[in-house]
Amino acid sequence: MTVGAWEAFWLIVRREMRLSFRRPEQLLQPLVFFLIVTTLFPLGLSLQLSLLRDIAPGVLWVAALLSALLSLDFLFKSDADDGTLEQLALSGHGLTVIVAAKTLAHWLVTGLALVLVSPIVGTALGIPVDAFATMLVSLALGTLTLSWLGAIGAGLTIGLRRGNVLLSLIVLPLAMPLLIFGAGATDRAVSGTNAAGALYLLAALCVFTCTLAPFAAAAALRITLE
Amino acid sequence: MNMSNALCVEKVHVWRGDRHVLQGVSTQIGHGELLHVSGPNGTGKTTLLRVVTGLLRPEQGSVTWLGRSIVEHRADYQAALAYAAHEPALKGDLTALENLRFSVGLKRRSKPQELRGALERTGVAACADLPARVLSAGQRRRVSLARVIAMQAPLWLLDEPYANLDAAGSELVSGLLQDHVAAGGLALVVAHRELALGCNVRRLELNS
Repeated sequence: MTVGAWEAFWLIVRREMRLSFRRPEQLLQPLVFFLIVTTLFPLGLSLQLSLLRDIAPGVLWVAALLSALLSLDFLFKSDADDGTLEQLALSGHGLTVIVAAKTLAHWLVTGLALVLVSPIVGTALGIPVDAFATMLVSLALGTLTLSWLGAIGAGLTIGLRRGNVLLSLIVLPLAMPLLIFGAGATDRAVSGTNAAGALYLLAALCVFTCTLAPFAAAAALRITLE
Repeated sequence: MNMSNALCVEKVHVWRGDRHVLQGVSTQIGHGELLHVSGPNGTGKTTLLRVVTGLLRPEQGSVTWLGRSIVEHRADYQAALAYAAHEPALKGDLTALENLRFSVGLKRRSKPQELRGALERTGVAACADLPARVLSAGQRRRVSLARVIAMQAPLWLLDEPYANLDAAGSELVSGLLQDHVAAGGLALVVAHRELALGCNVRRLELNS
């Protein structure tokens, strides 16, 4: 009658998804932020499409990172506030499984949503359609990596009153490589050169955080639960 | 292994900053026995409960379940316990039944009828499909008690289970505790009030 780790993992993913869809404002907030920030740039700069196209990858990536960061604060905080995190921690499944499930669910409802609206933003910023595939793949890898990095930061800061400020300070420096390789890959795709190298590096970072961050985040949560 | 002392707390010391909250607390609970922890505010009742759950590691001392350390056999121990903290730990956006389904579902496979049965037992069957945020404090407490029942765990760890409950609710809690203990279960109950229970009750009074 006991419940296996995989079963528990998917049960938590389903729980998180259901909770997210019951609170649509939490889902929409990062998306709206992403759309607004990226439309502010063309408004604030000159309307030359060539200039816009040059800065588009950077704008797109900075906006994506910041809006993904906005949503990270919710990752463990509401569960910690209402006591359900303790129930999860005592469920008989390791915190690693719980953290992994919650982070994956978080990415599915925030990161993946960003990736899906990015073609609209890309079009607005003048990114050619040929570069969309690279842009989508790089953003998918980048936001997933950021969710894992964010899980460590969120685990460390749930106990703090102004935790979200500290969370940005912890996560943003770690996200620098993502920005460099992600914007780099998109930039190369826009200019029509081979972006494979940067994408491979992003994929490597993604695998690295997917495999190690759940353990680090679980350790962080264990400390804050005490 | 002595079955009369399934859960043993030995010489537990906990500091909170400079405060020495638990000063060498030792106690045990056997099958078919209830431990009532009482004492004034701030004497470490909840801290002791959190040490027993394993959420809080004591600086010194140990907790063992069936003769084995709860730290080393964490998964087995957690599968055997049902914990109800002072706050009911329900998600406001999920219905009472969904709350039960997602937290009981991590411990054991259960059918929706079983969960509804548990809610019926605690008198909140009518609230099963309402979001937990619209329930009153007493109803939420009852839902959290239904979760404890539905987990079908031998060891109950309850923090102030009588809080927010009316007279009928208090009787319900006493009835649940008696039935659980009579069936050979163990319970650790933190409560300010006297427990008038017709079962085997051991008392632990914490002082500052």
